[in-house]
Amino acid sequence: MLEQLTVAEALEKLAAREISAQELTAAACKRIDEVEGTIKAFVTLTKEQALAAAARVDAKLQAGEEIGSLAGVPMALKDNICTKGIRTTCSSTMLQDFVPPYSAAVYEHLKNAGSILVGKTNLDEFAMGSSTENSAFFTTRNPWDTERVPGGSSGGSAAAVAAGEVLFALGSDTGGSIRQPASFCGVVGMKPTYGRISRYGVVAFASSLDQVGPLTKDVRDCALVMNAIARHDPRDATSANTETPDYTKFLDGHVKGLKIGVPKEYFMEGMDPGVAAAVRKGIELLVSLGAEAEEISLPHTEYSIPVYYVIAPAEAASNFARFDGVVYGYRADTDSLEEMYLQTRGQGFAPEVKRRLLLGTYVLSAGCYEEYYLKALKVRTLIKEDFVKAFTKYDLLVTPTTPYTAFPVGAVKDPVKMYHNDICTIAASMAGLPAISIPCGLVEGLPVGMQLIGNHFAEGTILRAAYAYEQNSEWSTQKTELYRKLREGGRKHE
Amino acid sequence: MKITADEAAKMAALAQIKMNEREAAEYTGELNSIMAYIDRIKVLDTDDIQPTIYVLPLQNVWREDEVQPCLSNEQALANAAETEAGMYLVPRVIE
Repeated sequence: MLEQLTVAEALEKLAAREISAQELTAAACKRIDEVEGTIKAFVTLTKEQALAAAARVDAKLQAGEEIGSLAGVPMALKDNICTKGIRTTCSSTMLQDFVPPYSAAVYEHLKNAGSILVGKTNLDEFAMGSSTENSAFFTTRNPWDTERVPGGSSGGSAAAVAAGEVLFALGSDTGGSIRQPASFCGVVGMKPTYGRISRYGVVAFASSLDQVGPLTKDVRDCALVMNAIARHDPRDATSANTETPDYTKFLDGHVKGLKIGVPKEYFMEGMDPGVAAAVRKGIELLVSLGAEAEEISLPHTEYSIPVYYVIAPAEAASNFARFDGVVYGYRADTDSLEEMYLQTRGQGFAPEVKRRLLLGTYVLSAGCYEEYYLKALKVRTLIKEDFVKAFTKYDLLVTPTTPYTAFPVGAVKDPVKMYHNDICTIAASMAGLPAISIPCGLVEGLPVGMQLIGNHFAEGTILRAAYAYEQNSEWSTQKTELYRKLREGGRKHE
Repeated sequence: MKITADEAAKMAALAQIKMNEREAAEYTGELNSIMAYIDRIKVLDTDDIQPTIYVLPLQNVWREDEVQPCLSNEQALANAAETEAGMYLVPRVIE
């Protein structure tokens, strides 16, 4: 049952020579063969390179050479993270044959740590979506119920981790794209502070919001992966030049005296009462461990989605000018240059991307700029100030990650309804704050996520509370249920 | 503010996205429902509020203007649809 191992457990077994990196990677590949036909988490698999890389780790172990902090651990990257020589598609027709000539900083860091890439995971095209249904290739399925979506946009990464296809994965989060799928798939997903992780080599969606982060089976693994990827990078001008602590140092289980704010706006009308109850129970558990919780108000929460759908499309409209059919990517076959641009972008982008590019172009156009774009930037300040005020009094804010559990594939057709998925995650993105989603129970057999939001660069505080919660919750027994279900599902599809 | 089909077509032209009439009509409807949602922010008084473009107090980042390793000509061209003589090739612009 190697697929059930956490990163920490695998590292122990590797260090004790109970298993080799090659065995571990082969086990991941076998697991992929078993479940991938149903789950469809991967756009590209790199099994051969992975086995070769694992052999190199084993040789180093054999020779007693120094190995990296994640040596021999099989992982996956969301397919908007550039991997030199390995196709990086953003799940878009536009980039379906794009092979990056360089690697993203986060991939370099993971490679240096000895971690082994087994594949690139599916996403909503260019990270625009909340279900992976916007992938130009296929929809990934939720391992808990394969009729349902895994969430998105990092749905492939979340599903791959939940199904035990890899030990961890990286995703990217612009308005909730790590936390929401983590919640839907019952895994741990962290969006670090804006600027904590280098965006170098990550295909830009909305540059003032995008941030890479880990999807893992538990909180300790999240800390281990954060240790490997969080560092300053001069190649990303928005990378924060601050000290990065050893995040595992925060996993001490101590939450005594921790002040928790519970924003009432996040328990909104129309949410699944089961989800609200599970999160409230989670908060009670933290209180029983010595934390103090109080209801608070973040009055501008309701404006976070409207503001997001001005700012993110505006930034995308600007960023996406690069997809012109000239330097890389898809090109439509036409006779004139003007027509080539129009057709390339008309054919290369799927509807949701076009919708957002039109929206972004509109809010930036003459006559709309002040009314919408500038206005949104000012409301963003109000949203941010809500948090600044809250963090003068509280160490942490605890909320649901999503108002409901994973929905069936094809169930949400209206774009505005789909945008509502991120109602609990967008405000923290607007303010650049770190936040984690951790599993806090099941409602009708589907996982619920609890979100912990911290102050800028307070990932340690978040991890401390998340770990204390996890150690004392019933989650581990519920996780066993998933593996039982998957084994039965796996047999069904063999 | 209501977006007309003509305006949607204008946005598509500005964004360099080819769209047929059926698509333009579809997008016009969707954009209007999204804009109706966005219009909620108008109730807020933001006259004395500074805009937030970046959330962190970042200063301009300076570096020495030094030559760094970069992609070779072949690497830079490797993903292009068409190339010639070490350059990107596009459809003829000047007759």
